[in-house]
Parts: sequence; C-alpha cells; structure tokens
Amino acid sequence: MPVLARIIEAAGIPTVTVTMMPDLATKTRLSRVLGVEFPFGQAFGMIGDLAMQREVAAAALRLLETAQEPETRRDLDITWPIDTKTAYRDWQPPEISPIVAASLEQIRKARRDAAK
Amino acid sequence: MAVDSFKYLPKSFIPMFENIDIQVDGSVWAPLEKPLAEATVAVLTSAGVFLKDSQETFDLERERREPTWGDPTWRAIPSDVAQEDIDAAHLHINTEHVKQDLGVALPLRALAALQADGVIGKLAAENYSVMGYQQNGCEDWRATTGPEIVNRLRHEAVDAIILAPA
Repeated sequence: MPVLARIIEAAGIPTVTVTMMPDLATKTRLSRVLGVEFPFGQAFGMIGDLAMQREVAAAALRLLETAQEPETRRDLDITWPIDTKTAYRDWQPPEISPIVAASLEQIRKARRDAAK
Repeated sequence: MAVDSFKYLPKSFIPMFENIDIQVDGSVWAPLEKPLAEATVAVLTSAGVFLKDSQETFDLERERREPTWGDPTWRAIPSDVAQEDIDAAHLHINTEHVKQDLGVALPLRALAALQADGVIGKLAAENYSVMGYQQNGCEDWRATTGPEIVNRLRHEAVDAIILAPA
C-alpha cells in the first residue's frame, strides 16, 4: 500500500494513510500517516460502529488538512474495545495463508535435513 | 498514545518487520489545494473488496499455487454501494468483518456523514479496492495499478484520498 500512496502523492494528489503499522509506513516516508492500534482488516473500527468509523475518518481528514510537511505521523488515541487475545484470534484468516504455509514447510524441511 | 505497530502481529513476524530495510526515493508531498470543506475525497482499501455481481474476484487460486504472487489488479467501488452487493477476497485477513460491514475498511457511510455535516465537500462517486498482499516488489502496482488509479482520480476530480492498508 505505501507504493500506491507514494505514486498518488507524487502525481499531485494528497494522501493520508490510516495504518495499524505506522512504524512500517514511516519507513516508506509517506506524507501523512495516522496510526491506529486496531487488529488487521478493520482500520476504521468495529463492525456496526459508525461513530468509531467516523472518528477515525475524521482524524485522517484532520491530518490531511493540518500536516505541514512530509512524513507527518499522528497516532490515534482509541483503544480497541475487545481484549487483545480475542482480537488477535479474530483477525486471522480462516485458512493459513499460502506464503506462511510455504515458509513453515521450508522450516520443517530444514529441521528434517538438520536431523539427518 | 503511541501506537504499537506490532501488537496484532504473530510474534515470529515481529523481528522481520522491525528490521526491514526499505529503500525509497525521498519523501513525497502534495499539498491540499483547497479547504477540506470544499474538497472531493476518495478512499482506497487493500482489503480485497469487490462487487460480487459485476466484478471478478481477486485471484486467490493463483496465489494458492504461487505463494509469493498476489493479485495486483484493482476495483472501483461506488460510494453508494449496498452492503449486500460487496464481497471480499484476501488470504491474509479474516474477510468476514468487511463482508458484514464495509465500513471497517472502506468507510463510505462515515464519509457520507462527514459530507452531510460539511466537514468535506464531497465523497467521491468512485472509490477503490486492491488486494494488499504484494510480495514480489509491487512491480505491477508501480507500472499499472498505481497509474490507472491516478488517472481515475484525476478524471473524478478528486482532491485528496485516504488509503487504508488492511
């Protein structure tokens, strides 16, 4: 996603990126980054919580309007209202992603080879 | 509060992201050229959202066959889309959330409310969706998807865009 943000910004259209991983976004030197400490897949808030989604969107818009220089980061002061363990479990995909499955297989193979 | 970027990552992934070395060609900056209350604003998600009756799904079958490949194409999502008209394809998140409420990833209702209150001039008629897993250097995003979305944003006279990685 940082690639698209940089392309759009470089084309002259201002961007703001709402992200759960602002540390990573700042490494890509984006113009405006709004960090949210939310589980993946739900950058704007909880299901059915329009007020929360609006608050996040409004914070992103404020950053668009107020940032004066590139690489401006703000972190949003909203705590996810579900305990971390449950939220962590809840964002996981129902099937293990192909790259993770392939990586695990490589690790298992390395262990098998090392054991020989 | 300072956001913990790794709070919801699997612990084994954290060192990879903490130590990742990303080379980019300087910072980028485009100023907002008009007051927000007069601006047309679009939003882009990487949650793999698509219109289930009129758009193709993102290609998850190829990703299953080629785990380092991710579908680099994009979809336009109208601002007045109905929840029942959307679907989502993404192998790295639980898509059930966005299938229940598009607003968790593409906050069209929230932005429409902000438009009604005069915070923004207008929510763009067209918004955008990609599938955020792009392992192989994002070459297609650089060569095709990015420039195509820029063209659409210009065509739609969009003044600013909110991007939200899933």
